Amino acid sequence: MNATQRRRLLLNRAILILSTVAAVIGLVFLFWILTTLLIKGLDSIHWRIFTHDLVEKGLRNLIVGQMILAGVASLIGVPLGLLAGIYLREYGLNSAFARFIRNLSDVMMSAPSIVIGVFIYGILVAPVGGFNGWAGSVALAIMMIPIVVSTTDSMLSLVPQELREAGIALGASKAQVILTIVLKAAKIGLVTGILLAFARVVGETAPLLFTSANNDYFTLNMNQQFPSLTVSIYQLATFPDKPSQDLAWAGSVILTALVLLINLTTRYIFRKRKSK
Amino acid sequence: MFNRLFRLSSYTAALLVLVILAGIFGVLYYYARDAIHDFGFWHFITTSTWEVGEDDEGGVFGGLIPILGTLFSTGIAMLFAVPIAMGIAVFLTEIATEKLKAPVGIAIELLAAIPSIIYGMWGLFYFGPMLQRLFGGQSNSLLTAGLVLGIMVIPFMAAISRDAINTTPAVLKESAYAMGATRFEVVKDVIFPYAKRGIIGSMVLSLGRALGETMAVAFVIGGVFRFPHSLTQPTISIPVLLANNFAEAGDLELSAMFYMALILFGISFITITIAKFFFLKDQK
Amino acid sequence: MNLAMETKEFYFTYAGAEAPTLKGIDMPIYANKVTALIGPSGCGKSTLLRSWNRIHDVYPGNRYEGEILLYDKEGNEENILSYSKEDELIRLRQRVGMIFQKPTPFPMSIYDNIAYGLRLAGIKNRSELDGRVEKALKGAAIWNEVKDRLKQSAMGLSGGQQQRLCIARAVALKPELLLFDEPTSALDPISTGAIEELVTELKEEVTIAIVTHNMQQASRVSDYTAFMYLGDLIEFGKTEKIFVNPKEKLTEEYITGRFG
Repeated sequence: MNATQRRRLLLNRAILILSTVAAVIGLVFLFWILTTLLIKGLDSIHWRIFTHDLVEKGLRNLIVGQMILAGVASLIGVPLGLLAGIYLREYGLNSAFARFIRNLSDVMMSAPSIVIGVFIYGILVAPVGGFNGWAGSVALAIMMIPIVVSTTDSMLSLVPQELREAGIALGASKAQVILTIVLKAAKIGLVTGILLAFARVVGETAPLLFTSANNDYFTLNMNQQFPSLTVSIYQLATFPDKPSQDLAWAGSVILTALVLLINLTTRYIFRKRKSK
Repeated sequence: MFNRLFRLSSYTAALLVLVILAGIFGVLYYYARDAIHDFGFWHFITTSTWEVGEDDEGGVFGGLIPILGTLFSTGIAMLFAVPIAMGIAVFLTEIATEKLKAPVGIAIELLAAIPSIIYGMWGLFYFGPMLQRLFGGQSNSLLTAGLVLGIMVIPFMAAISRDAINTTPAVLKESAYAMGATRFEVVKDVIFPYAKRGIIGSMVLSLGRALGETMAVAFVIGGVFRFPHSLTQPTISIPVLLANNFAEAGDLELSAMFYMALILFGISFITITIAKFFFLKDQK
Repeated sequence: MNLAMETKEFYFTYAGAEAPTLKGIDMPIYANKVTALIGPSGCGKSTLLRSWNRIHDVYPGNRYEGEILLYDKEGNEENILSYSKEDELIRLRQRVGMIFQKPTPFPMSIYDNIAYGLRLAGIKNRSELDGRVEKALKGAAIWNEVKDRLKQSAMGLSGGQQQRLCIARAVALKPELLLFDEPTSALDPISTGAIEELVTELKEEVTIAIVTHNMQQASRVSDYTAFMYLGDLIEFGKTEKIFVNPKEKLTEEYITGRFG
C-alpha cells in the first residue's frame, strides 16, 4: 500500500466517521427536544384543559380558534394555489410568464412569515381599526399559496401526457380534460400537498401576532380578535409563573401532536397509493 | 365558454402571485414612507439607536442592530447547520444500514415539520441555560439564537439533501466504486456533483427560513437593543423587534417598523433571487 | 492457455434472502479471451459478473461462499473473496474494471472522466495524465470524436459515445479483466456494432467477460460461452460448441429460442 493509497483511505475513514458523528449530534439535539416536549407536556396536560378556555386556564378556545384560522386560510389559499398551479403546468408550461411566476412563487415561499403579518396589518387591520380573525386567516392563506402552487405544479407534471391527449382525442375541451382527467389522476398527490400546507401554517405564530392577535374567550366571530393557540403559547411561555409555563408546554405538545398526526396521515395515504 | 373562463381564472390566480408580492413591497413602502423620509436609507441602516421621543411623538430610529442581529444569527445558524445536515444526509444515504435508514429518515422528516415555536421554547428553558453554563455570558444571547435557528433548519436541510442524493442513479455510484473509488470519493466526486442542485437548494431554502424566522429566535435572542460585544451577549433581530414592539408602536415608530419589515423582505428577496440565479438556474 | 480468473464452488446470497442466488458455480475465464454469460433474465448472470469485482460489497449484508481466484500475468493467484480491507477492494477494482448496462459518465468533463480513475490511483503528473487519457480514448475508438472538446461535459455526448467513454475510462486504468454488464442494451444498432468491434479489439490487451441477453452478440464477440439457468451454471464451453452442438438439452432449448 503506497502513501497516496494510505492517505485516501485515512481521509475516507475520517470523513465517514465525521458524518456519523454529525448525524449523531444532530439526532441527539432533536431527540432531546422531543423528549423534553413529551415529558413537560404529559406532565401538564389535564382533561380540564380541553373543556376550559384560556380565561379559566384552559386551551379549548385556542385549539378551536387555531383550527378555524387555518381552516379558513385553506378555503382561501387552496383554490387559489391549485388554480395557479394548474395554470403553470397546463397552460403556461415553459413560457416566460410561467417561469417568472414559478420563480416568484419560490421567492414567496421563503418570504419571512412576520413580514406577511405586517403586510396584512397594513391592508386588513389598520384600515378597519382593529385586529380580526379574517386578517389572520388571510395571512396564513398567503403562506399556503406558494406551497400549494409548487406541489400542484410538480404533481401535475407527473401525469402522463398521453392521458391528456387521449382526453382531447375524445373531443373533450382542455378545461374538461384538466378537471375530469388530470386532476383525478393527480388526486392523491394534490391532497398530500394540501395537507402538508395545512400542517405548515397551523403551527405558525408570527403572521398572527398583529393580524388576529389573541382572545382569552371562546368566539366564532372572525370580525374580532381571534383566539390562537400558538400566539398564546408565545405569551404564556414568557410569563414567570409556573402554571402559565405549564399551560404553554401543554399547548406545545397538543400543537406538535396535531402537526405530526397530519404528517403521518399524509405519509400513510401516500404510501398506500404507492403500494397499489 | 366555460373553457375560456377556466383558463382566465387560472391565469388570474397565477397573476395573483405577482400581485401579492408587488403588494407586499407596495404596502410596506407606503407605511414606511414617513420613516424613509425622515431617516433616509443609508442613515437608517447605519444608526444604532431606537428611541421614542417625548410623549410617544417622533423619535430616532435606526436599524443597524436588528440588521446585524439577523445577519449574525443566520450566519451562525448556517455555519452550524450545513456540516451537520450534510453529515446526516450522507449518513442516511451512504452509511446507515437499511434497517436504520427508514426510522431515522422518518424521524428527521417529522422533526422538520415541528412548529418553530417549539424550538424556541426548548431553547429558552433548556438549551440557553446549558450554553450559559458552558460558555458563561447570558442564557439568551446571539449564540443561543444562532444555534437554535441552526438546530431548527437541520432536519429540513438534511431531508431535502437526502432526497436529492437519493436521485443519484445506483449504477453511477457503482461505476465509481468499480474504478476503485472510496466511499468518500464517490460522495465527493459523483454524488455531490450529481445532486448539486438539490443540495444547494436545500441550503438556500434553509437560509431563507433562518433569515425570516421569528418564533425560534424571539425566546432566546434577548430582545434588547444593544450591540453584542461577544457571542454570549443578548441582542435583537428584525423579526423579533417586530414581534415584540410592533403592536405598541407609536406613529413614527410604527413607520420605522414597516421600514424594518421592508428591509427584511428585501434581504430575503435578494438572497433567494441571487441564490436562484447563480446556483439553481432552470435546467430546462 | 492461461487462466485470468477461476470461480470455484461459488455461492452468492443477497442481503436478507434465505436461499442463495448462485448455487455452486465452477467456471474458468481464460486470459485474453472473451467469455460471454448468457441465460434468461433472473438466471444470475449479472449477479455472477458483479461478484468478480465484488461490487456487491457496496451494499451491506450480501454473502459470498466458495473461491474466486484472480491470476496475475505470472500466474500467481489470489482469492478475491478473502479480501476484507477497503484497500484490497480498491486494488481489486483497479485490476478488474466494469462497464454497466447504461452509460455512466460522471458529471464532469470528458477529460476528467478518463483522468478520474488515474488520479485516484495517484497519478498527478500532467503530461502522464494527458498521455494516458489520449491513449485510453484512442483505445476505445472515440479519440477522433472528442479530441477537440475534452474540456466539455461528458453529458453532452450521444449514448454510444458515452458508453465508449466509459470503456475508455475503464481501459485507462490498464485492468487485467474487464467486466461488461449488458453494455449495449441501451444503445442503437450502429452504436452496438461499434462496441462489439471494440470488445474484439480490446482482447489483445485485456481479458473480457460480458453478460448479454442477445445471443447473436454472444456468438459474434465471444470465444467461450457460459449458459446459466436459475442460479446454476448449466454449460460452459467454446462458443462454437455451445451454439452449434450443446451437450445439455436446456442449453439447446434456450439457444433455439424455445424459452427465454
